[in-house]
Amino acid sequence: MNRIELTRSPFIKNALKSRYPQLAVFIVMLVGYIFAILSGLIGSRVGSHNFSIVFVWIAWWAILILVAVPFFGRGWCAVCPIPLPGEWLQRGAVLSPPDKRPKWLNLRVPKMFRNIWLQNISFLLLALFSSVLLTTPNITGIVLAAMLFAAIGLSAIFERRAFCRYLCPVGGFIGLYSQTAPIELRIKDKQVCVTCIGKPCYNGSSAGYGCPWDVFPGGLTRNTYCGLCLECIRTCPHDNIAINLRPFSADLAKPSTRMDEAFKAFIMLGSAMIYAGVLLGPWGAFKDAAYNVGSSAWLIYAGVFLSIIFGILPGFFTLGLLQTKSKTSLKQRFASLSTALIPLGLMFWVAFSLSFVLTNASYILAALSDPLSLGWNLFGTANATWQPMLTSILAPAQTLALVGGLIWSARTAQKAAGEVKASPIPVIVYCFIATCLMLWLLL
Amino acid sequence: MNPRFFLLLFVMAGLVVAFAPLPVLAVTPQERTFRIDARQYAYSPSELKVNAGDTVNIQLVSTDVVHGLYVDGYDVSIEADPGQSATLTFVADKPGSFRFRCNVTCGAMHPFMIGKLTVGTNSWLYRSIALASIAVIAFFPRGKKDERTVA
Repeated sequence: MNRIELTRSPFIKNALKSRYPQLAVFIVMLVGYIFAILSGLIGSRVGSHNFSIVFVWIAWWAILILVAVPFFGRGWCAVCPIPLPGEWLQRGAVLSPPDKRPKWLNLRVPKMFRNIWLQNISFLLLALFSSVLLTTPNITGIVLAAMLFAAIGLSAIFERRAFCRYLCPVGGFIGLYSQTAPIELRIKDKQVCVTCIGKPCYNGSSAGYGCPWDVFPGGLTRNTYCGLCLECIRTCPHDNIAINLRPFSADLAKPSTRMDEAFKAFIMLGSAMIYAGVLLGPWGAFKDAAYNVGSSAWLIYAGVFLSIIFGILPGFFTLGLLQTKSKTSLKQRFASLSTALIPLGLMFWVAFSLSFVLTNASYILAALSDPLSLGWNLFGTANATWQPMLTSILAPAQTLALVGGLIWSARTAQKAAGEVKASPIPVIVYCFIATCLMLWLLL
Repeated sequence: MNPRFFLLLFVMAGLVVAFAPLPVLAVTPQERTFRIDARQYAYSPSELKVNAGDTVNIQLVSTDVVHGLYVDGYDVSIEADPGQSATLTFVADKPGSFRFRCNVTCGAMHPFMIGKLTVGTNSWLYRSIALASIAVIAFFPRGKKDERTVA
């Protein structure tokens, strides 16, 4: 199967080129986001009855990890409200063509930060506090507000969407996993970009803004850093930008050689396994340790968490790589072959989230009817009782996700191994052991 | 040999592993009684094992706030007030592994107050691991070929 260009359809193309449909979605999302902050701060103290907790960590998370990322890649980033206020202030405009004078400081992000290490750190920070974050409404409200203000602050200092590109804890893993999605934004003809004068897709023009994600579309080969903001579709004077349907995981055929991305794969894989054990397992002591932030038990938990992610998982992976001969350096093999962990990690998160979401989805009904805990009953469901959903299909669905992820990873390992002239077998065995562990944790 | 033949072979093996009925050891059903202490946010003991067909009596004792116990798959539940106990009785006639969880909002970590009931053998886990093994074996011949190319 090759690519199918969706933007050949005049309806899709016009809908994407016009700013109004996206703006309408943005405004709905921004209102929802601010409402989630407010309900986190002033709503029910009980997490499972608070709109903020229920809509962010159950509804949004389910949509993100089960639908948006696997099928639309960075589709969420295309409608995410977090960068909007900062971007509007930075541009001094909401819809109008850009003013050539830069607003605010408009600095370039220092080179040492132009990678995803800060996103790795920001994700890990949230992950270490996740038991509190996922269950305590005012903490969720504060974190959501902090992300909004951080995005505004960074937009005031740096050019483009510095927060999305370099700091957002969610954007890092969405970017990593977006490589598996069957959708992409790419140029149609490279030669057109080579001869294009002024590169308006990157620098902006009277038709629209320069790429907010600091990406030159002419050089795009992977989804990782394209936020699907659609500006280049609007600014390209040659109609050379396309949105394509493509096979799943097409980007992974050419593995990355970046260590920040390699460690992101380990962070996500390890976090899914740790969450499966701590949050969904029957071991109360782990839950106590994860929840009692600042206690000695939590410090041990944090130490073990970081040791698994930065020591045990990459350590065994490296040991496996050392078992085979290759002319490629170990560092390059490590970075390239960790590409195989991307589909595995995504499917680990799908399997984990299925359990978490199906068990707790019924809270959505009550929170929807009384989002601020003011005694409202907007849809007659305020007193809906908790009831887990579809528990009979949970285990088969998780098996399908995990074994499917293993097959997907094994195939990816074969391709990546071919690129670095190494054997894929140690990586396949590694993925198999990780899958068995995850099966044991979840089933 | 034809790769399609191998693929068909592995798919068939996978279907057998996933759906073939397993022999069940005939065990005389018994009455099993467990006392479970519930506190924020853990059960003790948190893992129960019974044989298929056993009658399970669970005496739930809450040691701090109101707690509940709902068994996934069996759709049965009880609630216990602080310092009080409540008893749940059901016949464990469905084999497999089931989570039991608190069904009364008991605090922040309430959604994660979880225990595990295993009825008979957790055959789904073993089937899943067998499926994963078949999936991996299916990739090995090609992997070896790649290794030879490198060497």
